[in-house]
Amino acid sequence: MTINETQDQIISEFSLLDGDMEMTVFYIMELGQKLPEMNASDKSELNEVKGCQSKVWLTANLENNGLQFSADSNTAITKGLVSLLVRIFNGQSPDDILSADLYFMKKIGMERFIGTQRSNGFAAMIKQIKMYALAFKSQLTTP
Amino acid sequence: MSAVLAPVLDIQKIREEFPILHQQVNGKPLIYFDNAATNQKPKRVIQALTNYYQNDNANIHRGIHTLAERATRAYEDTRLAMQAFIHAEHSEEIIFTRGVTESINLVASSYGRTFLKEGDEIIISGLEHHSNIVPWQLIAEEKKAIIRVINITPTGEIDLDHLKSLLTSKTKIVAVNHASNSLGTINPIKEIISLAHEFGAVVLIDGAQASAHLPIDVVELDCDFYCISSHKMYGPTGTGILYGKKELLEKMPPYMGGGEMIKNVSFTKTTYNDLPYKFEAGTPNIADVIALKEAIDFINELGKENIAAHEHELLVYAAQRLSEIPSVRLIGTSSQKVSVQSFVIEGIHPFDIGQMLDSRGIAVRTGHHCTQPLMDHFGLEGTVRASFSVYNTKEEIDALLEGLKRIVKFLN
Repeated sequence: MTINETQDQIISEFSLLDGDMEMTVFYIMELGQKLPEMNASDKSELNEVKGCQSKVWLTANLENNGLQFSADSNTAITKGLVSLLVRIFNGQSPDDILSADLYFMKKIGMERFIGTQRSNGFAAMIKQIKMYALAFKSQLTTP
Repeated sequence: MSAVLAPVLDIQKIREEFPILHQQVNGKPLIYFDNAATNQKPKRVIQALTNYYQNDNANIHRGIHTLAERATRAYEDTRLAMQAFIHAEHSEEIIFTRGVTESINLVASSYGRTFLKEGDEIIISGLEHHSNIVPWQLIAEEKKAIIRVINITPTGEIDLDHLKSLLTSKTKIVAVNHASNSLGTINPIKEIISLAHEFGAVVLIDGAQASAHLPIDVVELDCDFYCISSHKMYGPTGTGILYGKKELLEKMPPYMGGGEMIKNVSFTKTTYNDLPYKFEAGTPNIADVIALKEAIDFINELGKENIAAHEHELLVYAAQRLSEIPSVRLIGTSSQKVSVQSFVIEGIHPFDIGQMLDSRGIAVRTGHHCTQPLMDHFGLEGTVRASFSVYNTKEEIDALLEGLKRIVKFLN
């Protein structure tokens, strides 16, 4: 599935919630609960995403020219939010990640249920993912 | 004869006075439980603000025209109302500031810079808000003074025996709050003041969480400084007071220079104005000060003891209902508390609880509440804090519980 296909899938799932804030928050937390367990040793300061109010850990590995992300957070809602990014970007090539245009946040009205602080944190997660993509891209192109 | 036991306040009628309460948040009726951060404003306060700008706006004290006179009188009327509110002896002991934070900074800066010497000690408690910690750290660093911290008991009270062991002839300032913003604990400030005075120290009381709930009599307390924020007592943001004993304020140099605070200015010598103007440099926050009088009248008309009785009932009810959830742990369990209840739920982060409650239109505060050392003491990153005001009801607490039970069921 392409990045945009996953984004469209997320948009259509959230549209079923009909803008109900409580159901939306529950749904996000449920998504977080489904995120595969992250290795305890990966939850280190080194892997912490800077700029988040909650603690968020994010790691990436290169498998078959695609990136595989692993993430966790100490808060259930943030874990749900980062799980959306993991779902969108897992298996994608560094080039596709770097050129991705993320439009799902606006379409699902994310600013309504995450405040200014969390929005900044979410932006920091995206930046971190793109940094990983950049790092692996140079690894792939270096002979 | 028995005391009045029947509810004296008509809460539904009081709620009518607060326009902000009658709105939906996320499709649900707003339930506002963040009163310790700031409480809501009755119509009369909002109208006083509008009225001032529509009819009376003028700079105060120096104009001789009618509007200036009207504005000056209204501004000074608030000073008199505040004097009566805290039972101060002289009106010039009431200095208008931006609120408690500025009041503490004023004392730390003016009194501290003048009277502290190297090796002197400042005592604060482990219950303090950052604004009653950091100003003292700043001046202590500058003057090479030392900060001592009074221990907190497991129920969240000041350990008076520890205070007694800290007090020495080196103690120059003791600064504690009247009531804790994180836990609600009401501190025995009269005893603390009297103990500190035995060693010749001056005492500053941070009254941010007390002014809307507890009787304040600065003469009876014999406190040297008392600080209040308007916005925590139904008044506008951006204003508050510093009360200081006249003889102390007279000995203190100005905190800021500018207009209003001077008697005469020349390039060789400037003489300062008398109290309280010596500490009120520049055009003050006239509109908000004037509207603050309406907040004082609002409290007086309802009766602070009646407000406190209603809030206490809510606090007891909330603590009792919260204990229905086994994984809830109440933080701050002193028998003497204002209407603040902090708690944590095992295995669920306070942020998640706050966000979930918001999705049901319930406003609580989550985090460290600007008391990081206190949170460290309890080994917590933060708590959920519900704080109640005169317009809150038991039905709202029931709604809080319903929300919490859903979250616990979902996440545990």
